[in-house]
Amino acid sequence: MQNSGKRDIFIKMVTREEIQKLAELSRIEVGEDEVEKLRKDIGGILEYVDKIKSAPVSVDKEGDKPALRNVFREDGEPHESGKFKDVLLAEAPETEDGFVKVKKIL
Amino acid sequence: MSIDLKNLTIKKAHEALTRGDFTAVQLAGSYLKNIEEKNPSLNAYLEVFDDVLSQAEKADKRIKEGRAALLTGIPMAIKDNIMIEGRKVSAASKILENYTAAYDATVIRKLKEAGAVFLGRTNMDEFAMGSSTENSAFGVTKNPHDTSRVAGGSSGGGAAAVAADMALAALGSDTGGSIRQPASFCGVVGLKPTYGAVSRYGLIALGSSLDCIGPLAKTVEDARIIFDCIKGKDEFDGTSVDFTKELSAIPDTISFTATKNFLGAVDLKDLREQTLESYSKACDTLSAAGFHYKTAEFQGPTAFDYSLPAYYIIMPAEASANLARFDGVKYGLYKGGEALLDDYGKTRAFGFGEEVRRRILVGAYVLSHGYYDAYYNKAQKIRTLIKETFNNLFKEADVVIWPTTPTAAWKIGEKKDPVSVYLSDIFTVSANIAGIPAISVPFGEVEVNGKRLPLGVQLMASYGRENILFEVAAKLLKF
Repeated sequence: MQNSGKRDIFIKMVTREEIQKLAELSRIEVGEDEVEKLRKDIGGILEYVDKIKSAPVSVDKEGDKPALRNVFREDGEPHESGKFKDVLLAEAPETEDGFVKVKKIL
Repeated sequence: MSIDLKNLTIKKAHEALTRGDFTAVQLAGSYLKNIEEKNPSLNAYLEVFDDVLSQAEKADKRIKEGRAALLTGIPMAIKDNIMIEGRKVSAASKILENYTAAYDATVIRKLKEAGAVFLGRTNMDEFAMGSSTENSAFGVTKNPHDTSRVAGGSSGGGAAAVAADMALAALGSDTGGSIRQPASFCGVVGLKPTYGAVSRYGLIALGSSLDCIGPLAKTVEDARIIFDCIKGKDEFDGTSVDFTKELSAIPDTISFTATKNFLGAVDLKDLREQTLESYSKACDTLSAAGFHYKTAEFQGPTAFDYSLPAYYIIMPAEASANLARFDGVKYGLYKGGEALLDDYGKTRAFGFGEEVRRRILVGAYVLSHGYYDAYYNKAQKIRTLIKETFNNLFKEADVVIWPTTPTAAWKIGEKKDPVSVYLSDIFTVSANIAGIPAISVPFGEVEVNGKRLPLGVQLMASYGRENILFEVAAKLLKF
């Protein structure tokens, strides 16, 4: 952006290994040729969002919890078993005997 | 028969339908004809449904029986991330290219009950990640005002369809500006409702704490008619709420504030003079219409200066979690490898486009051990600060007015760097972060190379106060 030197620092911060690690965590195969572009793009994005570090909030301030809360419902009245089985399984790439089929895990 | 689609609104169409001036079949036919002519060049629709006329026949039957609702027989376009049972829905992604929705989104159920006619599903940025539809796996949507320019995004297909009379209205979704920004680029009205006012059930998720479904329409009244139909508490969305009686009253004098110095505080090379001019004119128009102007001065950096960077932490974090479900096992595309882990990696590498992969990785980064506090946690604290800042503003004034976007629509392919695209969301993300309602209305235009490009202004109000937005926005459109 306006300060290419600063951006370079951020791009250097994101190593090739780090991109590979993130890709692994995200379950996305990333080719060797793509790593360099991702380093640049993600470095640029991290440089931009780094602006929040100067925001006047402290990360460990007490009583600063978000005002949102989860709304749960009571368990109960399950639908009859198998009611949606066919329509849902119809979308699965591979099925067998009414189950989703995947490769051996172990 | 020829119907004047250009000047048609939902209300006018409803009156004409009930009076018998034309039938729902004739109306739908007129839109289909327009779509046939214009869609090859605009690419607003990914699919036009093959049963439009039989949907319209059902609407005609209902109208004849005297049971017409306002939306009965009204031809609408639906964004390709909202599920209609039995129809394809792809979020403009290869990973869901052949996916068929197993159930109706709540908004669709409500529109069906009202008798609306669905014309087709509209183009968007893949998984709603983008501001131009350039990230669609199925090609960019072109701006009807200048086909060398983007229609905006991510709900670009819907905005273009309404602007080009290829639908009377459309449903979009807005996570950081995805209804308001394309509405502004295409010269139509776009409403992002209060978070939770409209059920998200059946919307393919991007950032669940930010996502809202809302209307794109030609007039404020049309947007209101659709919002009234789709809103309300829904047992299938735990975050949905009813905003009803206590918020229905309109204050005798409505006040607004412009926080003009906020604009100066933002480092925006892109903020064009015409945008500011048109924005000032909108403020003057509101004053002339009898709304009370109040200044709100900020000293130093304001919470809003941090809206966009905070947004580009929270949204990818939520997206990376939401999109974990697309792995080639339960639905969608499947690319096989040697072991299950390879299946995931190959399916997701092949199925997701560049921007989606990028955001998933950024999300994983800001959520990872060691960075979580510095990024995600801090962004959440900023979120609280932004909400408080809005709450304080709304103690002073009923409405806050900002431009919708820094510029008019850009040229297709012009923006190469992801951050330069992100910056176009600078005025829209704050409303999503706070969860407040915001509406973009066409106001002013700029002439570039002989083409007139629309500009928009954005009005924001406190939680559940869409009614105030409609009241004020209508005045802005009339002048």
